Amino acid sequence: MKSTSRDLLACTLRSPDAISRFSSSEWDILVRQARAAGLLARLAHHFHQHGLTATIPDVARWHFDAAKTLADKQRTAVCWELQQIRAALADLDGPLIVLKGAAYVAAGLPAAEGRLFNDIDILVPREYLPQAESSLMLAGWHATGLSEYDKRYYRRWMHEIPPMQHIQRETVIDVHHAILPDTARYHPDSAKLRSRAVAVEGLPGVHVLAAEDRILHSATHLFHDGELPHGLRDLTDLDLLLRDAAVDHDFWPRLAARAGELQLSRPLFYALRYLRYFLDTPIPAGMMAGLASAAPNRATLALMDGIFKRVLAPAHASCADAFTPAARLGAFIRAHWLRMPPQLLIPHLLHKAFVSPYPRAPKPA
Amino acid sequence: MKLLQLPPAELRRQLAGAGIWLRTGPFSLKLQSRIPRVAEGLAELYGQFEVRSAHEAFADFHVSVNPPTNLRRWLRPQVSFSFDGMRPFKPLPRDQAFPMLEWGLNWCVSTQAHHFLIIHAAVVEKNGLAAILPAPPGSGKSTLTAGLVLSGWRLLSDELTLISRKTGLIQPLPRPVSLKNQSIEVIRQFDPNAYINRASHDTIKGTVAHMRPPRDSVLRQHEPARPGWVIFPQWQAGAPATLSPRSQAQTFMFLAQNAFNYSQLGVDGFRVGTALIDQAECYDFRYGQLREAVAAFDRLAERRLS
Repeated sequence: MKSTSRDLLACTLRSPDAISRFSSSEWDILVRQARAAGLLARLAHHFHQHGLTATIPDVARWHFDAAKTLADKQRTAVCWELQQIRAALADLDGPLIVLKGAAYVAAGLPAAEGRLFNDIDILVPREYLPQAESSLMLAGWHATGLSEYDKRYYRRWMHEIPPMQHIQRETVIDVHHAILPDTARYHPDSAKLRSRAVAVEGLPGVHVLAAEDRILHSATHLFHDGELPHGLRDLTDLDLLLRDAAVDHDFWPRLAARAGELQLSRPLFYALRYLRYFLDTPIPAGMMAGLASAAPNRATLALMDGIFKRVLAPAHASCADAFTPAARLGAFIRAHWLRMPPQLLIPHLLHKAFVSPYPRAPKPA
Repeated sequence: MKLLQLPPAELRRQLAGAGIWLRTGPFSLKLQSRIPRVAEGLAELYGQFEVRSAHEAFADFHVSVNPPTNLRRWLRPQVSFSFDGMRPFKPLPRDQAFPMLEWGLNWCVSTQAHHFLIIHAAVVEKNGLAAILPAPPGSGKSTLTAGLVLSGWRLLSDELTLISRKTGLIQPLPRPVSLKNQSIEVIRQFDPNAYINRASHDTIKGTVAHMRPPRDSVLRQHEPARPGWVIFPQWQAGAPATLSPRSQAQTFMFLAQNAFNYSQLGVDGFRVGTALIDQAECYDFRYGQLREAVAAFDRLAERRLS
């Protein structure tokens, strides 16, 4: 295996023209890495935009076509689901804000292209949570099969209620009241986020976060997530969001100022650092210099590089090295460390390690 | 080269090492397994299939069937299916390694190959026309399929009907025919020359064995067929073979519900499905005797010929 195969997918995203020189074994690795990263459909779209669709060899083509079929279908489904959610929450007195992937679809952003969805995330003010939950239940969504411990944990400590699944369509909604848990180190003020939310054209009553806030939320989410199954996909979301928003001439200073205001400069720093590393996202030099005060100390940064350069790569054997398992564990511990103080974290991890693996009622196969 | 040209020891060695490259229908696999039962199953059932060395550069599905690396292996040997690092199923007892490979391959196709409309149905062909046999488990679908392909019908698939979204034609995926419980004995008696491998007992589907696909079906695995019939078989003890017409609209609804990816294809699923139904005669089919059933199918095929 050539040494370049480890970051073949990221290389291809950076310079798609290279595919015209790809060997069959490079196509093999590319399809596999893209599938593991959840990026097959986005890559298909990327090739299309660069006029490269005809360059895909016949043997590999159907993988991209099939992924695009799924992504197109999901996009239609998300639009429809948003209308259902809006109808279910028509009586909600507070605003309904859609987050992440579904927001990109609602707002018609480039980041919606070729994106796959696991769930739809919405944000409602905390005081309206009980009302939102009961309205969703009346419309057919109900709490998923979590253990009692997990349900209690969600309600007591998390920034969202347990995921709700629709009884017929099986779609999942995550209802948030904030973008980070109450117990986390940083406390971005949800009211501030809501105050700048933008109404969505064509979906009355539905809002999305402002451009800077969307980016900060995506970055915060990525750098507080312990498992990062689709780290590179989330980075490509950020890349697309940034390229789209940066068309406004004063975007970058606005983004830096907003990050400071919401206490999210650190996650933004990490996001921009690894966006440059993986995807060559164009970021003004002044922006990185301005965020230098948000950077961790040098030793921490070296450790974070060691972790994130591994865990943000596709979760595929061809991208792993001897330190990848340790890096994944490191990211997991770091995320939990940021999300809750030790007096909560330690009992939680013990419960997860020794109680949760042995449920009283075995799950069906 | 064909798999049967590989000496068994060599097949085992390659399979346990870097794996082998194998083509089934429109898909290429890279397959790796350290389990002797898997090598044995391949040698018995996949002899006519094209293999290449693991150095072959591109494969659609990279799959492996190996013992899981947990402590359980010391107590009760198990086997786990992996699709390029993903493990969609819980491990099964080691005895079920070969059926697990077959189920795993079906899973790969039905969850990935959305360039086809994929219906959960057996499909066989005669004179260029395909008979699609969708039916719930227990209806005698596999038995009928095995009986037909042992009597001159071409096996296109015993489980996955692949309809090309581009051409509307049915793409063959002839792999071993899965036989369950009593069907194993029925087919042994129907044709003592049929090769059926060693059965795996106590699977979730009961006792399972696989029948080697006819040589001609494998050699013609790249030759698509036009949809001719959609026939719902139902075995019933002592029932005479009877075909009764059924509504195309109802049949379409059933196919849509029993497709693996009808809803994923959106409007195109409807377009491909209705185009298929427009070309197909739809029947319910009751039978008690396999030979009578085959004769009834042969008459159908002759009628469309004239």
